[in-house]
This record gives sequence, C-alpha cells and structure tokens, in this order.
Amino acid sequence: MNPSLARSEVPVWNPRNYLNSPETGLRSWLLTQDHKRIGVMFLVATTIAFAIGGIFALLIRIELLTPGPTIMSAQTYNRMFTLHGVVMIFLFMIPAIPSGFGNFLVPLMIGAKDVAFPRLNLLSFYVYLAGAVIALFGMVQGGADTGWTFYTPYSTTTITKVVPVLLGAFILGFSSILTGLNFIVTTHTMRAPGLTWTRLPLFVWSIYATSVIQILATPVLGMSLLLVAVEHAFGWGIFDPARGGDPVLFQHFFWFYSHPAVYIMVLPAMAVISEVVCAFSRKNIFGYKAVAYSSLGIAFVGFFTWGHHMFVSGQSAFNGGVFGVLSMFVGIFTAIKVFNWTATLYKGSILFATPFAYFVGFLFFLVFGGMTGIALATVSLDVHWHDTYFIVAHFHFIMVGATLMAFLAALHYWFPKIAGKRLPEGWGLVAAVMIILGFNFTFIPQFLLGNEGMPRRYFSYPEKFWPLNVASTAGASVLAMGLVIVLVYTLVALKWGPVAGANPWNSRGFEWNTPSPPPPENYETTPVYTHGPHEYDLPGVETPPAATPEPKHAS
Amino acid sequence: MNELLRRMLFLPEQASDYARQVDGLHYFIIITTMIAAAGVFATAIFFFVRYRRRADTDLTPHVAPRTIHEVVFVGLPLGLFLVWFAIGFPQYAKLSLPPKDAMDVYVQGKKWMWKFAYPGGPNAIDTLRVPVGRPVRLLITSRDVIHSFYVPALRVKMDALPGRYTQSWFKAEKPGRYEIFCAEYCGLGHSAMLGELVVMPQEEFDTWIAEQRRGANAVAQDAGPSGERALPAANVAEEGRRIASEQGCMKCHSVDGTRHIGPTWVDLYLRQEKLKDGKSVVADEGYLTKSMMDPAADIVAGYQNVMPTYQGKLSPPEVAAVVEYIKTLKTQAVRSGPSEGPVYESIPRPQ
Repeated sequence: MNPSLARSEVPVWNPRNYLNSPETGLRSWLLTQDHKRIGVMFLVATTIAFAIGGIFALLIRIELLTPGPTIMSAQTYNRMFTLHGVVMIFLFMIPAIPSGFGNFLVPLMIGAKDVAFPRLNLLSFYVYLAGAVIALFGMVQGGADTGWTFYTPYSTTTITKVVPVLLGAFILGFSSILTGLNFIVTTHTMRAPGLTWTRLPLFVWSIYATSVIQILATPVLGMSLLLVAVEHAFGWGIFDPARGGDPVLFQHFFWFYSHPAVYIMVLPAMAVISEVVCAFSRKNIFGYKAVAYSSLGIAFVGFFTWGHHMFVSGQSAFNGGVFGVLSMFVGIFTAIKVFNWTATLYKGSILFATPFAYFVGFLFFLVFGGMTGIALATVSLDVHWHDTYFIVAHFHFIMVGATLMAFLAALHYWFPKIAGKRLPEGWGLVAAVMIILGFNFTFIPQFLLGNEGMPRRYFSYPEKFWPLNVASTAGASVLAMGLVIVLVYTLVALKWGPVAGANPWNSRGFEWNTPSPPPPENYETTPVYTHGPHEYDLPGVETPPAATPEPKHAS
Repeated sequence: MNELLRRMLFLPEQASDYARQVDGLHYFIIITTMIAAAGVFATAIFFFVRYRRRADTDLTPHVAPRTIHEVVFVGLPLGLFLVWFAIGFPQYAKLSLPPKDAMDVYVQGKKWMWKFAYPGGPNAIDTLRVPVGRPVRLLITSRDVIHSFYVPALRVKMDALPGRYTQSWFKAEKPGRYEIFCAEYCGLGHSAMLGELVVMPQEEFDTWIAEQRRGANAVAQDAGPSGERALPAANVAEEGRRIASEQGCMKCHSVDGTRHIGPTWVDLYLRQEKLKDGKSVVADEGYLTKSMMDPAADIVAGYQNVMPTYQGKLSPPEVAAVVEYIKTLKTQAVRSGPSEGPVYESIPRPQ
C-alpha cells in the first residue's frame, strides 16, 4: 500500500446524492432524467454485454484448442464468432465509454446541471435496450453466421437468422446518434462561464469528436444494414450479382461507417487517458492544442480511409495507394497523442496507482496496435496479412486493447466519484497485471499465426498452427481471470468499500469539484472557471480539501 | 539473416522473389518499430522512476511545448511512415500488373473448392500445377459468394468475386508443394476449402499438360453419337473413385461411414433415406444420378442444401462410374438405418 495515500482528515460521504435523491425506488431510476443515473445504467448494461461477449470469446478459444472439432460444430462456431463480434462492438465498445462515462462526466466537467436534452438521453438508453433485446432474440433464434461484417452476398443468402441481428444493430445505431447529438449541443451551449474552448477538459474534446463521427457515420451503417435485411428478406437484387446486384458495393458502404466506428471506440479511450495521465502525474498536458485538435483530425481523416479494408477486393492500385497514404495520416494524429502523453510525464509527480497501470497498458497496446496498422497501410504487406489472424490480433490490440484499458482506467479513476467508495489498490494492481499480460499472451501468438498464414474465421486448421493456438487460449484464460477479479472487487466495494471523499486522488480535474457521490443538481451554484483543468503549478486549488484514510482491505 | 528473421516471425517459405521482397519490407518495419517503441517506453520508464511522487500535494511546473516539439512529433513518424509506403506501394502496384508473357490460369472458387482451368481445356479441382520460373496470371472469379485465393508462400491473395473477374500473378521460383487457403469467410466449409499449389519443372509440367489435353481429346473422340464412352468394366468403380476425389465429392461425403457435411456413401446404395419434406426415397441409381444433377431436388432430412450441381460437368459415363463406385461401398451389416444428422469436422486433405 502506498503510504502517501493516507490522510489525516476523515473522508466525507455526501448524504444528499444522485443515488438517493430525489427518490430511491426502481421507478425513479427507470424514469430518471438525471445524466448520472443514465450513465450508471449504461455502465451496468454495457458491462453485462461485455460479459456475454467475453463468454463467446472463451468458447471460441476453447474450440480452437485442437485443430479439429473440440466442443462444437462448425455451424455453432460460425454463429459464435459472429455473436462475439456483434455483442462486443455494438453493445459494449461503441456505447461503453461515451454513453456510460461520458454521460456521467461531461456535464460535471463543464459545470452544467445536466445534458442539453435529458429526455432524449433517457430515450437513447431505451433505444439501446430495445436494440439489444432484438439482437439477443436473433441469437436465441439461432443467430447469424455471417461474421459481424455481414459481407454480401453470403449474408443475403445464408439460411440463418440474419434479419433480427441486423435490425438490432440498426436500432442500436439510433441510440448512438441520439447520445452524440446530445453531447454536441451540450458542449456548445452549456459550458459554465469562463470555460472557453481552450480550457475545456480534453475528455470533453475527445467525446465531442466522437459525437461528430457518431452522427455523421452511423446513418450510413443503418442504411447498409437495412439494404442487406431487405435483400435477405425479399430477394431484391442489391448486392447479389446473381440477382443483378454489386457484391463489392456493400463493402464500401459498410466500411464507410465501420472504419470511423473504430475511432468511435478509440477516441473515448483517448479521452479517458488524457485525464488519467494528467491526474496521476500531477501535470498539465503537454501540448493541449495538439492533443485536442488531433482528436478532430482523427475524426475527419477517419472518413477517408475505408478503402484500406479492400486492398485485395480488386480495387485499382491507384485507389490502394491513396487509401494507404490517408490511413497513415490517421497514424500521425495518434502518434502526436502518444508523444504528448509521454512528454506530459516530464517533471511530473507520478503515482503508480491502478488507473496509471492501465495507462501504461494502453500506451503499449496503442503503440504496437498503431504501428502494425501503419505496416498494414503499406499495402503490399496487407496483401499477405489481409483476413488472417494478423488482422484479428491488430484490431484487438488497437481497438479492444485500447478501449478495454481505458474503460478499466476510467472505472478505477472515477469509481470514487460515481459510487463514493474506494476500490482496493492491491487487488487492482494484481488484476491489472493479469489483464495486461493475459491480453498480450492471447494476441501476440495471433500476430504470429497471421504471419504464418492462418486465415481468420477458421473452424479447423492444419496442424502446424496448433502450438500458437494453444498459447493464445492459455493467455485468454489469464485475461478472463483478471477480469473476474475486477468484477468481484468492484461489486464488493460497492457495499463494503471505504468511503472515498470528494477528491481521493487530489486531482484537479473539474469533475472532482463536487462532493462524492455528486448531488442530483451537480453544483448548487454554477461554477465560474478561471483556469484550465489539471494545472498543478499553483498551490491549493483542490476544492474541497481532499481527505481519505488508507483503504482497510486493500491488497 | 533472412532465414533467421523469417523463422523468428513464423513466416512461411518464400516460394518467389516477390515473397522475399515483401519479407524484406516486413523485417525493416519490425526493426524500425521496435527501435521507435523502445525509445518511447524507455523514456516513459525513465520518467516513472525519475519523477515518482513524493507527496500528494506536489506542485509541478507548467511545461508547454515549443513549436519545434510538435514539428518533431509529426515529422519523425511521418517521414518513417512515408519511407515504408515508398517501399510497399511499388510492390503492390507490381502485383496488379502481370507481365505480358504470363501463362493464364482461370481460377473459380465455389463452396467449397477451387477449380483451375488452363487454356485449351485441361482443368483440375483443388490442385494448381504450374511450371517453375514462369509468370502465371490468375483470372479469378466465384460461382456463389466471395472467396479469397490465398497462397501464403507467395504472399499473394486476391478475392474471388461472383459476377466479375479479378486478377493477380506470381512467378514461383522454387519447385515444391504449397498450401492454398480460402481467406474470405464463405460458410460451413470455409476452413476446409483448401487447395495445393504444385510448382514443377517445366518439362514435367509440359508432360502433364500434354497428357491432360490428350485425355480431354480422347473423351471428345471416344464420345459416340450417344455421348457414351466405353470404360473397361473391371475398372468402372476404380474410375468412379478417381472421379469422385477429383471432383471434390469427398470433401463432404465420407467413404468410411463417419458423419459429415453430406450423407456418407457407405451403404448408401439402396438405403431408405428420409427427405426434408417428410417423404422417403430409396437411394437407387436414379436417385443418385438425380442428386448429382439436381442436388436441391431431394434433400435428406437433417442436411442443408449446399451441394453444387454437376450438370454439364460430368459426362454420363462418369456419373455412372461414380454410381458404380458408391455401389461398391458396402459393409457386412445386413441393413443400416437412415442417415444421422450432420456433423462438421475438419476435413482431411485428399492425398
């Protein structure tokens, strides 16, 4: 245990908080318009989705333990990897950080009492639930076997239940659009006095950039999924050449959304990391404008890179080159952030607490995920790697690794604000080490499998791929155990965790200016901002004075 | 050096000069990435130790970057990335420009086999034979959904799209046998859609292709007005076995009684089969022939309609030979029940 966490004063539990006022009943939660409650409901729902998707992932890894059939048939396996992708992407990674943590934190950070459209916010949650239920219904009915990419004409000719899964994803898109719209209006109109754009916390900047992508790209996904559903249900020739359609058109539509969707997942992760790195190194961010504008840069250039998913689809070499170079520009914006975060540590005061451990994991996955991404954008290497396990490992590193690290960093950093309780530091570090190592042991063998030439979505494989597959499954089990530990101590801490107090991390992020848990109206009087967040060069800006005893059951 | 790095990275053999060039870029990228990442992480670790927290209320100086920092942060990686691209893109462009003297092979993917057709008639299922040292242009298409023709040893991959042709090319420099995979997900048999690239010396290839042409011509000449060709009677079943394995029948039908994507052929002849629509049928010569010509007509209960038609691809005597072969697959048991439900397992490579 770090002795520096010990305090002389006793931390205070805010008696009138959003958890118990104005009411506590189930009804008051289901009909709430409080952004904090909606954020918490999103966090619970997305965590459940993450658990379901994780179980699918483990079943896939067990099936791949042997070259032949292990525990399931090819048909079941094909459904498993489809559902794993659909659940993890549409139900967990896209909504988890923006709709969960974003909802909770954006108004707190900008000194507002709520988001701009509280009722729309609640609607977004119910639209999410409806989409999830329809997608789950499709799964119970047998599930789709197309992969989450729904490539035509396979998806329009398969006999499995594609339509409910497509409709589920279609409806989930509306939730994403509504939340994005809400954040854009909130950021523009509800900033407290003195909070200029250059004082805006970087979390808000990144969430803002995410929202722009959400409302611009998601309609394209909705449109293309609907076209697939129509062709599947009524047999109209849109994508199937046997009926007069164009088989590659769908890939253009799909990736026009799904490539920016990668940034819908990664930008919120970068949002979290920008806060965590400042709070735990007690430093102002190095290059505020570079970090803020690079988020917008990623959002913009991300729209012009979709063709890099189609280097071997028969597009011209010229197209390949253009999409290759544009993809590298996205890499540049990411590189700017990586260098600035690292430079932020310079002359800081670094506390190696659990959220910071996840920052280190995030940096590792972002650097290697990003560099493999640039390697793919050199085009000729992509021809070998396309649709192999190299791609699987690459997007798990950059998308899942980064998003998961940020999600867990956010959970550990803001849990004291959300629940008013502390998580155990010792167990937190143990779980972080298990998760980061487990993740590496799962996906580094997959990079090598891709080099060796193993295509993705293989139910059975030649025996020479066996050893690396066993290694990957072993890593996945360590990763799963780490995640279970996090789940257990989080649930325990909800009830028995030590009281955190308003600002246990001594952070100068604006959201810590409220008591923990925050009162329903966030701030009794609208705050007036005179400086940016995370300025640690002047004494005594922390308000109210932080105070917390050493957590009792930590380690 | 090449060999060491290739093994460390688990890369497959390099069957062509192109593969060696792509691997060269691969090594260059790996080495530069590792150096850059080591730099970032060494700096970060140094900061962790040097600037560890002393007190929770530590104050830190306000550090702001100068323009030169951001220029370096953008310029260094951009320069590096563009160097990579300058090496990689010409390789990709080369791959889309087959040499004029290339030999053409038509590649057709379908669930779940590869068909290779050479100009002049010879064709083969799942085995692509090419001469060493000669450029080969592949004209690739698909009969049903999207597949992707992938030879790891050549570092070459190209999608097979229904309704249009894509092209790629290679020049294999090393005789040998190399794997062909389908890299685009195409359903139940995706991971069983395996093929083999056989790179052979030019003389051997010439002999083989001449033999194939003769065979094709012989079929054409022997075919009388009735379209019949006499096969030596003793060999009919043996001929059927050969045809069945060439045409990829064994990918879905087993001949040892194990359950598979399609019903097993063991004891199939004269078996009472229960159909999807509830009727039942005796698997006699008529039913077996019909199943090859129009597979969707009578689906056995518990199986899916996934078999392609062989109408126009097997001549009547060939169909008869396959039926004769099926007839020989009898066990000692007096009778057997209807087919059990399908299981989908890894399919052994035809030897």
